[in-house]
Amino acid sequence: MSDRSLLTIDDLTFAYNTTQASALDRVSFEINAGTITTILGPNGAGKTTLLHLLLGLRKPASGSILLEDLPLHEYSRRNLSQWMGLVPQSEHVSFEYTVLEYVLLGRAPYLGPLELPGDGDIVIARDALQKTGIAFLEHRPIPALSGGELQLVLLSRALAQQPRILLLDEPTSHLDLANRNITLRILDQLRKEGTTILFTTHDPEAALIVADTIVLMNKGRVLAAGGFEETFTSEKLTQTYGVPVEVVRTDGIQVVKSMGRLS
Amino acid sequence: MNIRRKQIYTTILLITLPLLVLVIALFVGRYPKPIWMNPALLGSDEIAQRLVLNLRLPRTITAMLLGMSLAAAGGVMQMLFRNPLVEPGFLGVSQGAGFGASLCIVFLTTNPLAIEGVATLFAVLGLAFSYFFARKMRYGGWLLRLVLAGIAVSAFFSAGLGILKYLADPNSQLQQIVFWLLGGLYSITWKSLLYILPVVIVGIIIIYLMRWRLNLLALEDETAFSLGVSVGRERTLLLAASVAVTAVVISVAGIVAWIGLIIPHIARRITGANAANFIPVSISLGAIFGILCDSLARTLMPGEIPLGIITSLLGAAIFIFLMVKPNLKVKA
Repeated sequence: MSDRSLLTIDDLTFAYNTTQASALDRVSFEINAGTITTILGPNGAGKTTLLHLLLGLRKPASGSILLEDLPLHEYSRRNLSQWMGLVPQSEHVSFEYTVLEYVLLGRAPYLGPLELPGDGDIVIARDALQKTGIAFLEHRPIPALSGGELQLVLLSRALAQQPRILLLDEPTSHLDLANRNITLRILDQLRKEGTTILFTTHDPEAALIVADTIVLMNKGRVLAAGGFEETFTSEKLTQTYGVPVEVVRTDGIQVVKSMGRLS
Repeated sequence: MNIRRKQIYTTILLITLPLLVLVIALFVGRYPKPIWMNPALLGSDEIAQRLVLNLRLPRTITAMLLGMSLAAAGGVMQMLFRNPLVEPGFLGVSQGAGFGASLCIVFLTTNPLAIEGVATLFAVLGLAFSYFFARKMRYGGWLLRLVLAGIAVSAFFSAGLGILKYLADPNSQLQQIVFWLLGGLYSITWKSLLYILPVVIVGIIIIYLMRWRLNLLALEDETAFSLGVSVGRERTLLLAASVAVTAVVISVAGIVAWIGLIIPHIARRITGANAANFIPVSISLGAIFGILCDSLARTLMPGEIPLGIITSLLGAAIFIFLMVKPNLKVKA
């Protein structure tokens, strides 16, 4: 793990509407290269908004985002898209693309406005499918895929972008346990290969499994940021979710409990 | 490099096939007798010469451009609006053109060039209104707002058109309005061809060159943005190209329905959803379909059948056929 901060988020504030409360309120934390950071919080905490600001899709009202010590807005759109890939929470696909065609869209940051993907791009797209373990789906039409497979296609598309930073919006929220574990395992592997990963989730367990750094958010604010010791306490999680949450340790594994069985 | 070779052959086929159909169509008609004219007649018969060069040639080329334009624009609109049921005139363009043409017939003149000019003007106005209202609307995402504004503007123009029909002289003007609305290329001359040619060429070249980008523009905005796409700028450029070609061909041909809806569908059935593949096929098929429908329109009966009727009839029939045979898929 390197200590060098790749992304520095400093005092970030953002509101969708001047009359409304801030969606993000003085958010600050750092992301180190080659680590997995998890933004953990309930629905409506401002997680997706934060991702949009990191992408450059929205501009902060105040505060700054530094990518390798340079403000984000000094990067061109194209340059930024070579840096960062996004895996959206879900995607509605209206047309019957094949998986390979869809993953090839991830090559856009490297192609000119009138250019079509070439053989080299196909090699990279196939490599991305290999990494996510769905190379066998290459010729399958997208509408014929299961939810878990579609999620892996979206991840493959982002990998075809060859990003140094991978942003994922709730990557596990639609998945069953088996597919969630597959996704988290792939993220772990990507981290080993040097990719910096940031994902949002409302599932504390997903954070427990892979995160190096956890950022707890609620109502647009960062309640805590750091490793497990600093963030995964019963008190802080209770504060984050607004319901009683207990962190217990069984057989050396931390488990999050928020509710007993209702009779 | 088998794929490269296949691509080259496909491209040659997509270009030569419509041209071949174009040449054949020049000898199809009702002179000297119904259906077929012996090409040898061109050497001896002066009427045949003049008929082919001054009437059939510009008309058939226009039919080709019409089919290409509507099919290309339809394909683009379906991608931009992420909706396979969108057709190119729906943003107030068709109804605007219809209203403009009728306005010209009732209050100004029945000169074809004047009708074309006013129809183009109102087609563009239709789009401008749709765009303007979509900007002002405070509901839904940008695409939904454009669709809603397009529906409202179309309804306004169609109401206005109703008033104009009511006011029109039933013995002359009304007939002309109805005939215009049904679509047809009977009044095409070299002059009207030259009027639409530059816009169609530029528009289709833009659409052809940017065809792969269409896939990116069909993605959710945030995803397209994360892939480095300037969503607003590129979408506006392609929308402008599509509306421009649609507006000019509608202005000379009247409202010709179904081509822009059905041809991209068929093209996608052949090549799959990737716009880099289906747009060229769509343009080529559109050209063939345009020529075919116009040839039928001027050949089937002694009097001319309005083109819009033929395209609707064939288009709807093909559409139903495709819908009830969902597995009809040609492997690319």
